[in-house]
Parts: sequence; structure tokens; C-alpha cells
Amino acid sequence: MTEARAQAATAAGVAPSGPTAGVAGNPLFEYLCRLGDDRLVLGHRLSEWAGHAPILEEDIALSNFALDFVGQAAALLKLAGEVEGKGRDEDALAYHRDENEFRNLLLVELPKGDFAFTMVRQYLFDAFDVLALERLVKSKHEVLAGIAAKALKEAKYHVRHSGEWVVRLGDGTEESHRRTQAALDELWSYASEFFLADGVDTAMVAQGIGLDLPSLKAPWEITVRETLTRATLTVPNDPRVVRGGRLGRHSEHLGHMLAEMQILPRSHPGAQW
Amino acid sequence: MAWTPAEVRGWLDAVKDPEVPVVSVVELGVVRNVLVDGEAVTVEITPTYTGCPAMKVMEDEILACLAGHGVTNARVQTVFREAWTTDWMSDEAREKLRAYGIAPPQHLGDPGLVTLRRHAPVVCPRCGSHQTLRQSEFGSTACKALYTCRECREPFDYFKAI
Repeated sequence: MTEARAQAATAAGVAPSGPTAGVAGNPLFEYLCRLGDDRLVLGHRLSEWAGHAPILEEDIALSNFALDFVGQAAALLKLAGEVEGKGRDEDALAYHRDENEFRNLLLVELPKGDFAFTMVRQYLFDAFDVLALERLVKSKHEVLAGIAAKALKEAKYHVRHSGEWVVRLGDGTEESHRRTQAALDELWSYASEFFLADGVDTAMVAQGIGLDLPSLKAPWEITVRETLTRATLTVPNDPRVVRGGRLGRHSEHLGHMLAEMQILPRSHPGAQW
Repeated sequence: MAWTPAEVRGWLDAVKDPEVPVVSVVELGVVRNVLVDGEAVTVEITPTYTGCPAMKVMEDEILACLAGHGVTNARVQTVFREAWTTDWMSDEAREKLRAYGIAPPQHLGDPGLVTLRRHAPVVCPRCGSHQTLRQSEFGSTACKALYTCRECREPFDYFKAI
């Protein structure tokens, strides 16, 4: 979304997206939406591989990952709805919010690309996810800590699988190496958004609920660099910092994805199977 | 009329996992707690995998089972603590899985033993051979991996230890 459109949306009374977004409101609600939306959007992107993956085993694996992420999103958004207290459940939050109300990282909304792109994105996220969940398990918010403990079990096999693929593709054929390196070059700056903290994060850390994002950068880099080296890939020297997703400023891709994801419940409100 | 939690648990033994219809929600460890308060019954369940589509079916079937026993004020609540593990599955349930053709999960046990256990072979549920090969860590459902037996040549599901 362009800055002008974002301002227009704010002026029209849609979710505010300034630097203090969410802080004045309910930081816990905002925080849970961030955690849930990352998983919902990534899960949807992964589900786009169903029936299209290069081999059957991988088709099943990616669908399995998608299921885990959408399940985690459902639990987190359900909790977000309860915290908000306006009667919205996980479906209302997933299907009846617009693009500028989504709080996911820009990394997860990028189109799935080729298999190398999907796996590099997945690995960068999974390596971050394990570190983040290991900390959220100790959250003072008991339900959030419980969801994190469950999700951590899943994140551990995710990172093993995606990491194995990054090594296999990077250290594979000339063609697979070229594609994996290209994906890494494109995605590297997006990973910078993992570690950006704002007022919502500060408030959550202060309450013992959330985690200190910047502190994850060093351990993440150590793990990721080690894998990329094994994969014979070159770690990009890209100082750009990508941001915006946490405040609802998204790339042009999210709207298209949501149009597809949301059309059924929006066309048939309250429909039941 | 008042029921005891043990009695309710007994009824729930009739509710099977829709994807593994030989083990009940109690044997699986999905039912964590049964709370009875007068006429009101609350069943706490925990998901096997957060995205397991069978959870909703189990929830509906638990409610239907309770209704069948005359409980009109029943609810099912999802809890995440402690996170579900296959170690909660009884030996009896494991044997039922094996007889059904699904290799039962290995014991994770004490975390210190995980590395040792990982090398234990998955035994073919059909012929008992230890000569088995993992085809894919991800199988027909979130909880299973796909294996093939090198001796009897049959493919089979392995209920993953988690």
C-alpha cells in the first residue's frame, strides 16, 4: 500500500497505522494478531503448493506445514478475539479484516515463487520461529505460553525439514544453487523485520508477556549462517531494512492473497458446512 | 442425577479418533480432564497437533456421546498445557495401533534419551521386521510418517513420536 493510500485509509477511520499503532489501544490484542497473522499468511502461502509441489512427498509435507501454521493461527487469533472482548472469534479476525488491519511480516506474504524461494523463506522464518517460541514458552500469559509450547514442537521439525532442503538445493545442481542463491538475495533484507521492536513489543516485554526481539538477531544469524555455509550459499551483504507489516503497511501481494482467502466467508456470511 | 468424572471418562472411551478409529480419545491422551459440577460437565481436551482437523470432529463426538448419556449441560474446552505427547499413549493403545496396521510411536521418555532412541528401528506392524525405510516424514495425517518394509515390501504408517 502506498503512503497516500495508507493515510487515506486512516482518515477514513480504518485501523490506524502510525508508529504508535496499537499502543494506545490494546497492546496484547495487537501482539497476538502479529503472532497469529504471521502464521495465517505463511500457512496460506504454503497451502498454495497443494497439488503443485515437485514431488508427492513434498506436496504432503508442505500441506502438513500449512496445517500446523493455520492451526497455530487459529489458536492465537481466538485468544486475540477473547482479549479484545468485542465478540470477534478467530474466523471473524481471519476473514473479516482488511489488508491494512493485518499485522504479519512482509516476508510471509510474498508470493510463493519457485520451490527454492519457498524453502529459503521457510527456513529463514523457521529458524526465527524456534528462537521466538522458546522464549514465549516462558511468557507470563499462561494461555500464550501453552500455545507456544505446542507450536515449538512443530517448529522444531519445520526447521529441520526446511534447513535440510536449503542445504540440498544450495549444494545441489548448478541450477538449484542458482535459484536458491537468487531467493536468498531477494529475501535477506525482509528477514530484518523479524527483529524490529516497537511500542507494542516494549509494552509486552515490560509485562513479562512478550519477548525481546532484537536479542534474537545474533543467535538467529549464527544458526542461519552455519546452514547457508553448509549449503555453499553466499550470505548477502544487504544492509536494507524492510518494515511495515507490523503496522499494516503491506506489499501489493497481500491484498490479492486475502481476496482469494476471504472470498467464501465474505460472499456467504455465516455459511456452515 | 450426578455423575462422577470417572464415569464420564468411561463413556468417552467409546469416542474414537476418526482418523485412527481403534483408539479412543481417552487412550490417545486427548482428554486431559473431566470436570463435573452438578449437572454441568466440562471435558478438557488438548490437540495432538495444533492444526489437526480431527480435533473438531472429536469435540463434536464427545458432545454427542455426553448427550447420549443424558448430559444436557456439556461443553468441551481446549487447553494447551501440558503440550500433548505420544508418551501418554498406553501400551494397550499402542498394541491396538499395531494390530490395525499402524506402527506405534516409540517412547520419547526422558529427554536425555532422545538421541539414543532416535536410532531404534521402526518395526513393521505387519511382519515384525526391523528392516524398514522411512519414505517421508510427512504422511497421510499430521501425526503419521510413511514407511516401507524391506522384507514384506508393504508400505505402512508410523505414528510419529512427538
